Amino acid sequence: MAELDRVEKSSHSLDKSITLPPDEIFRNLENAKRFAIDIGGSLTKLAYYSTVQHKVAKVRSFDNTAKEASSEKLYEISVQEEITARLHFIKFENAYIETCLDFIKDHLVNTDTKLIKATGGGAHKFKDLIEKKLGLKVDKEDEMTCLIRGCNFVLRNIPHEAFIFTKHADSEFRFQNTHPDIFPYLLVNIGSGVSIIKRFDELLQLASKGQHTNLDMLVKDIYGGSYGSLGLTGDLIASSFGKSATTDKEFSKEDIAKSLLHMISNDIGQLACLYARLHSLTRVYFGGFFIRGHPVTMHTITYSINFFTKGEVQALFLRHEGYLGAIGAFLKGAEEDNPNQYSWGENYAGSSGLMSASPDINPMQRARSGTFDMLEMDRLERKLVNLPLLEDPSSYVPDTVDLTVDPLAREYWLFCFEDALDGVVKRAVASQPDLPEAVERAEKFRQKYRHKLQTLRQQPFAYGSLTVRSLLDTREHCLNEFNFPDPYSKIKQRENDAALRCYQKAVAALDALGWEEKQFALVRGVLAGNVFDWGAKAVSDVLETDRDFGFEEAKQKLEERPWLVDSYNQWLQRLKGPPHKCAVFFVDNSGMDIILGVMPFVRELLLRGTEVVLASNSSPALNDVTNGELQILTETIAAMDPIIQAGLKEDRLVLVQTGSSSPCLDLGRLDKELTIVVRERRADLVVIEGMGRAVHTNYFARLSCESLKMAVIKNPWLAERLGGKLFSVVFKYELPTPPPPAAPPMKEEEEEEAVFSP
Amino acid sequence: MALNGHRGDIEVNNDEDETPTKPLRSAREEMTPDDPADEPAGGTATTGGPGASARGASLHRPGTTRSDSLRRSRPPFPWFGMDIGGTLVKLVYFEPKDITAEEEQEEVENLKSIRRYLTSNTAYGQTGIRDVYLELKDLSLCGRTGNLHFIRFPTYDLPAFLQMVRNKHFSSLHTTLCATGGGAYKFETDFRTMADLQLQKLDELDCLIRGVLFTESVVVSDPSECYYFENPSDPERCEQKPYGLQDPYPLLLVNIGSGVSIMAVYSETDYKRVTGTSLGGGTFLGLCCLLTGCSTFEEALEMASEGESTRVDKLVKDIYGGDYERFGLPGWAVASSFGNMLTSEKREGVSKADLARATLVTITNNIGSITRMCALNENINKVVFVGNFLRVNTLSMKLLAYAMDYWSKGQLKALFLRHEGYFGAVGALLELLHPS
Repeated sequence: MAELDRVEKSSHSLDKSITLPPDEIFRNLENAKRFAIDIGGSLTKLAYYSTVQHKVAKVRSFDNTAKEASSEKLYEISVQEEITARLHFIKFENAYIETCLDFIKDHLVNTDTKLIKATGGGAHKFKDLIEKKLGLKVDKEDEMTCLIRGCNFVLRNIPHEAFIFTKHADSEFRFQNTHPDIFPYLLVNIGSGVSIIKRFDELLQLASKGQHTNLDMLVKDIYGGSYGSLGLTGDLIASSFGKSATTDKEFSKEDIAKSLLHMISNDIGQLACLYARLHSLTRVYFGGFFIRGHPVTMHTITYSINFFTKGEVQALFLRHEGYLGAIGAFLKGAEEDNPNQYSWGENYAGSSGLMSASPDINPMQRARSGTFDMLEMDRLERKLVNLPLLEDPSSYVPDTVDLTVDPLAREYWLFCFEDALDGVVKRAVASQPDLPEAVERAEKFRQKYRHKLQTLRQQPFAYGSLTVRSLLDTREHCLNEFNFPDPYSKIKQRENDAALRCYQKAVAALDALGWEEKQFALVRGVLAGNVFDWGAKAVSDVLETDRDFGFEEAKQKLEERPWLVDSYNQWLQRLKGPPHKCAVFFVDNSGMDIILGVMPFVRELLLRGTEVVLASNSSPALNDVTNGELQILTETIAAMDPIIQAGLKEDRLVLVQTGSSSPCLDLGRLDKELTIVVRERRADLVVIEGMGRAVHTNYFARLSCESLKMAVIKNPWLAERLGGKLFSVVFKYELPTPPPPAAPPMKEEEEEEAVFSP
Repeated sequence: MALNGHRGDIEVNNDEDETPTKPLRSAREEMTPDDPADEPAGGTATTGGPGASARGASLHRPGTTRSDSLRRSRPPFPWFGMDIGGTLVKLVYFEPKDITAEEEQEEVENLKSIRRYLTSNTAYGQTGIRDVYLELKDLSLCGRTGNLHFIRFPTYDLPAFLQMVRNKHFSSLHTTLCATGGGAYKFETDFRTMADLQLQKLDELDCLIRGVLFTESVVVSDPSECYYFENPSDPERCEQKPYGLQDPYPLLLVNIGSGVSIMAVYSETDYKRVTGTSLGGGTFLGLCCLLTGCSTFEEALEMASEGESTRVDKLVKDIYGGDYERFGLPGWAVASSFGNMLTSEKREGVSKADLARATLVTITNNIGSITRMCALNENINKVVFVGNFLRVNTLSMKLLAYAMDYWSKGQLKALFLRHEGYFGAVGALLELLHPS
């Protein structure tokens, strides 16, 4: 009890720092069930599972018989309510626990939950309080088992969960790709019943001002320099606190704190290394109260690990290390919902992101880190796995530019997304003309997304590596949050209708060409179609003002050959050879792009005897064509085009969803069914189209089969960066890396020299 | 000879006697309160980094077996070996007892005076101490018989020592002073300028290992150089027992001075430094001084022996109410060192003695953990702990013995050596007599 009292006393000043109203913290409580709580010495983490009702856009073709009567439109768009599952995790100081429990009790409407899973050292202390306040029975779970379970979960489901910390680099945080196989690893949890955050953080702050050399006996204090024969430099600590015994002088608090920090960090690092070596582990994750995003401790631990393993093992940290116990306890309680059978995604709109606890870096965050932190994870409809055609799944990085380490690019793109915000808001409002409160919601969306952009300006690492993809995805999450599931639905519909009307004529024109001319025209068609991208401001400005801007106009905009990236000749040469077995085509926009660009190209592949898998988004993003829309479009085209018709009928043309709702493409997280199709059909060609999928992401992706990346650069800044100009063309045809030739006879000495000679 | 499993490099009276050295009789005298031992210890400073391996320490080579060739090759008296650590200077001095009348006449006055000064006192100046109970009597070295004396003083008093060396005109004896430890490098210039002495600098780990193997081989019984604790898990029945280190390899050697070095020793000449930690004897004393205001190693140990660490540390049972069975953690295991000191209420309830005890337990257990991991990684089941941190520190020794035994389920054996912190100095002396 003494400990509890102290917490309450020391937290008076903190009470003022609750800035968020509780209903923005404990969201979706009405439908909450399956509670879990992890009470540490100072922080409480609450987890619950809830359902979120939100609007989704659905398309449905009109009844064929009624079609002519109803309208010219091909399909109808309806907005439906859909219920999805979401995990909520909230972290707050123990001081708020009573207030929080009261709030939960008041808002918990319809739950049949009887139990709350609990873990952490403080669980028994608050057991009675929880049972009394919530009327739930506390069921305790083993702490370490929960940590491991939680760790497995975040490593599996959050792509940029783990990072290494480098103090003096451009970006302190280097996020790691999730290895397809997360095991084995060593988890070092540095907890300890530290009960007063403020004082611990003050201690670290003291330490950061101190000089450990005043108390520690260094190698040079003993040797006068380095201990050469063992390779120990003079600055190494030979004896921690070794000098505080031999002198009579007073030592400053700062210096003592610094020596302690070094002593503890080095010791933990050393023991971790010894355990890692004993079990042959190369991945060591650190978490717990001692770390908590503190640059000071992450730095000293990293230093220690590098030192003791000579760089062979890297210290890894986790963005959500504070939640592992709560996640683990929750998963245990939710076993009957089979949470591990699904894929989950971090919801950027509802999650706080990683906050640096360092008072020096950003005083603004300090207030934040002491109050409430949230993590929300959406249950994805589809199980996501990596594309089997990746050359090396463990080293695959979807994103072309890591904005976390590229300050110039970061500044540009943050500006760019902020600049485009007005347009997105306008589009969102326009997509729901019948709902007057849409204006208000759109305004809320604007505020939320702008706030996210501001956060990312301060903390680019908040959600893992900052990339154009993460900026786009965050925007989609925020739009969904405020029930704008498909702001471009009407535009897509209009453009699809318009393009369909031109389809037959376009195909006829292509068929009239000679073989070689036709191949070139098909590629130009895909590229011209790809100009129609509402996500690119340079294009949307044109499309907003010039309603007559059509396919031919788009062709005029295209760069003439040689293109910025141009391997067309190799592609043409390839086409003269035997047909591909099966092509997987990751498509981009609706309208001209899919109908007049992609479909004729697909048609030609089918004619060559190549099976085609058309992979499109599961849910809307910008004006990208969704799987639902594509079904209807393809059927409509099939009615006009016997080749497409035959393809469908003979199962040589199939439509699958990617599992994604992003304008970009992560080949490491694709719908499992898609990957099964790819494997079964032994796909030997991957076509990726569009700036989001082939330039912002996957530009450098290496595949184990032939690949074709096609895009038109519709952003002047990016064009300039790539050495081109607006509407430059990327046409990248690549062959897989040939297997390494048989090794020549070993000449060891020569080889060594070749490596080490300057 | 065969008793020790390997041949010592010093052969004496070889023609007359099968036994190289007579069994030494010098019962261990327990430190009494009025012992003038009042200086901080900590011992050989070793570095806290990981190990660049340093294989190839040269130890024993066959000694010349004939007395006349010995006479020609052996250096002139006086014979010293010195180890200048971060906290303590350790000095070994060989006092020849077989001086002939002829020799006595030839002997210069300086040499006599040095011998008399060292052997007739047990304390030197304010801080120098001769550990009489460690003296090795009737030892044969290089064909000479005599007593080996063990002397220590704090490194900060080195200037006073140099002044004395100068006053006694040591440099006129034209002897080589073999020195090891970091101080041999750090103070080399001081030796030259203040005492007109040229040091022969030696690697501290080479000397340490040579010293350990030599001492262990020449002291055959009563009291045995090497010992262990029987029944380490039962305080009532825990007892010190002699151990015959006939078959020493492979061996994990843990030297706990100011800092700690851990070596894996595979043969007399083949060893590597596995790792080290900066949390050593210097850390114990340094933290004790800050926490309790004490100023000497003996004072700190005295306090620790009266304290109770469980009031300071948070144990597994303080968190779990008992054992943490799932992961085999017993309730008495320390979950968080000093973990109880986060609340002012508990802070008010502890004494300085408790804090000293907790510091001792923390440092000792940490060394134990690291040692155990190294033993597992190197696949070695014998650990010898040396260094001045263990001097008069039965608490730590028993704790180490217990920790090795308990956590390895009886697979690891903790061994200790009586001459704890002096092996580096002995190794330096051996280098003087048998340059490698």
